[in-house]
Amino acid sequence: MSIDKILLDHGSGGKASHSLIADLLVPEFENPILAQLDDSAIFDIEGKRLAFSTDTYVVDPIFFPGGNIGDLAVNGTVNDLAMCGATPLYLSVGLIIEEGLSMADLKKILKAMREAARKADVLIVTGDTKVVPNGAADKIFINTSGVGLIPEGTNISGHNARPGDKIIISGTIADHGITVLTQREGMTFESPIQSDTAPLNHMVREMIAASDQVHALRDPTRGGVGTSLNEIAAQSKVGIKIYEEALPIREEVSGICELLGFDPLYVANEGKLLAFVGPDVWEKVLETMKASEYGKDACIIGEVVADSPGKVFMKTRIGSTRIVNMLTGEQLPRIC
Amino acid sequence: MKHIDEYRDPELSRKIVDKIRAISRKRVRLMEVCGTHTMAIFRSGIRALLPETITLLSGPGCPVCVTSQQEIDAFIKVARVKDVIVATFGDLMRVPGTHSSLQKERAKGKEIQIVYSAFDALDLAESNPQKDVVFLGIGFETTAPTIAASIMEAEKRELDNFSVLSAHKLVPPALSALMTADDVRIDGFICPGHVSVIIGTRAYVPVVEKYHIPCVVSGFEPADILQSIYMLVKQTETGDATLENEYRRAVAFEGNKKARQIMYKVFEPTDARWRGIGTIPQSGLKIRREFDSFNAEKRFDLSVPDSKEPKGCACGEILMGMKTPPECPLYNEVCTPSHPVGPCMVSTEGTCAAYYKYDA
Ligand code: SF4
Repeated sequence: MSIDKILLDHGSGGKASHSLIADLLVPEFENPILAQLDDSAIFDIEGKRLAFSTDTYVVDPIFFPGGNIGDLAVNGTVNDLAMCGATPLYLSVGLIIEEGLSMADLKKILKAMREAARKADVLIVTGDTKVVPNGAADKIFINTSGVGLIPEGTNISGHNARPGDKIIISGTIADHGITVLTQREGMTFESPIQSDTAPLNHMVREMIAASDQVHALRDPTRGGVGTSLNEIAAQSKVGIKIYEEALPIREEVSGICELLGFDPLYVANEGKLLAFVGPDVWEKVLETMKASEYGKDACIIGEVVADSPGKVFMKTRIGSTRIVNMLTGEQLPRIC
Repeated sequence: MKHIDEYRDPELSRKIVDKIRAISRKRVRLMEVCGTHTMAIFRSGIRALLPETITLLSGPGCPVCVTSQQEIDAFIKVARVKDVIVATFGDLMRVPGTHSSLQKERAKGKEIQIVYSAFDALDLAESNPQKDVVFLGIGFETTAPTIAASIMEAEKRELDNFSVLSAHKLVPPALSALMTADDVRIDGFICPGHVSVIIGTRAYVPVVEKYHIPCVVSGFEPADILQSIYMLVKQTETGDATLENEYRRAVAFEGNKKARQIMYKVFEPTDARWRGIGTIPQSGLKIRREFDSFNAEKRFDLSVPDSKEPKGCACGEILMGMKTPPECPLYNEVCTPSHPVGPCMVSTEGTCAAYYKYDA
C-alpha cells in the first residue's frame, strides 16, 4: 500500500521513521557523511575531527517531573554528540513559540536550558526565535544543534560493535517515556516517577579515558532500547543477544507498562546510553560508569554475537529465546 | 511483588517444561482464550519451549478483536453526533470500521477522548455539562462490573449527559460456540485469569460437562501458564476432562459475587455479534430498561447497515484457532501494525500484532 501522507508513525523513532529517512531523506541529500547515519555527522576540518548534530523537541507536556522541554533539548543534542565520542562544545538554539505562551513559562524553560548547558559544560552561542499564531504550534518547539570535537584516536560508531562485545546500559529503562505519558494522560501514581533527562558527555569522556575498547555508544531515546539495539545490529552487521532478567526497570515503571500495554524495551529514555565494549575491558568500563553521576545503576544486559547478523534476540526469564524487533506502529507521539 | 516473582522464577519454569516433555505423547491443540495470555506467551517465548506435540492457539479473548464491525460503525456514528464527546479505551482508536475509524474521525475534528476507566468518562461528563459524553463499553466480565458501577454512580450524581454504548461480551458462551463450530479442533482451554476472578471457576462447569473438554484457569506469569499447560496435557493424556484452577491465589470457585451483582443489576445478557464468528446467543450484555437514560442506544439513533468485514482478513478464523496469522494472505504484506486491516493487528493483545511483534 503506498502512503501519500505523513503519519504520526513516521515520527515514532521505529520502523516507519527509519524507512522515511532511508527512502526519502538520505537519497535526496546523498553524501558519504550523511550515509553513516550515526547520532552525529562526523567529518574532518583542517586536521580536526568534528561531530555535528541537530535535534528538535516537541514534547507534550512541556513541563514534566524531572525536567522540561528546555533541558531536554540541551541534553539531547549534547548526548547525540557524546555518542560519537565527541566533546560537545557549542550549541545553537531555535525557538518556535506559539502566540500566547506565558512569559513565566518561557523564562522557566530558558533557565532550565542555561542550567543544563552549564552542567554539560557547553555554550549556547547562537539562536533564533520565531513566534507563530495561536494554533500553528503547540506552546513551544525547540531545535538545538551542536558541534563537538572528537579527541584524537577515538573511533566510536554504531558500525563498530564486534562479536564478543559486552553491552552495558547506564541505568533503568523507560523512565522518560512513562513519565511524559502519565503526565499527559493526567494519571497520578503514588510513587512519582521522573524523566531521566541528563547530559551524558562527562561519563562518556571518563569511559573513553578508561578504555580504548568502547566500540559503539547509543542513547536509546525514541523507540527505546529495542530499537537502538536493532540499529546497531544492522549498522555493525552483528547479532545481539540480551537477557530479560538483566534489564533494569523500576518496579513502578514496569507496573505502568503492564497496565497500559507498553513494552519497556520500546519506551524512550533521555539520559541513558548503551555501550558496546570489548570483552577484556568491560569490567573497568562498567566500574567507571557506576562511579559517575548518571551511571550508578549501570549493568550488563547482553552481548554481541557473530551469528544472525542484523538481528536482536532476547533470552527470556524462563530460558526461552525470542526476537526483539524494531518498534512498529505503537504510538507515543511527542515524547521528546 | 515477591509473590509474583516466585512465578517468574526461571528454575520453576524449566522444571515444569521438563514435566510437560516427560508426559506429552498425544498431539494436542490447546487454546489460550485470553489476549493477555497470548502476549505473555509470546513475550516469554513459551512456544519455543514446548514439545512439538503441543500447539497453542490464540482464542477470542481480546476485547477489541472480537468487537464486530457493526459495533465499530455504531461507535463512529455516535462520534459524529453533534455535541457528543466520545470517551473510549485507546485500543479502539485505530480499529477500522467499514469506512472510517475513530482515529480518522478525531483527525476530522470529532471530539474523542481516550480514558482509562469509565469513571474518567463520568468526570468528563460532569465537567462538560453542555455536551453529551458517551462511553464505549467494550470488554468481558472483567470490565463490565466497573462500567456498571459507573452507570450507578451517574444515577447517584444525577448526571443527565452520560451514557454507555454497551458492546460487552461474555466468555463462557464463546467457549461453547467454539465447541460447536465446524472445523474447530480444540483439546483444552487455558481459561482467562482476570475474567475468572469475577465469574469464578463455576462458570466453566457447563462447558466442561457438556463438551467433555479440559479447562484450566490460569494466572499470567510464565510459570502459571506452563503449569496450566502441564495440567491440560496431563488430562488429555489420561483422557480426563475436568475443570482445574491453577490461579488459586486470585480465583475462587464462586468468583466475585458482589461484582457480578453490580454487573447484572445494570446489564442483562443478550445475543451478541462477534467479529468473524457471528452471532452467539446470550453472549453479550445490554443495559437494562431501568437504566435506559444511560443507554446510548436509547438516546441516539445508532442503527447502522449490515456490513461485510474487510475482504481477506482472517481475524475470525484466527480468533477461532482455525488459522495462524502467517496463514492470512494479508499478514505482513498489506496488514501491519501501522496499517492494520483487521482489529487483530490493532490491539496490543491481538494475535496478529503479537505474531508481528515477536515472531516476524
Ligand atoms: S493479518 Fe491483518 S488482515 Fe490478516 S487476519 Fe490479521 S488483522 Fe486480519
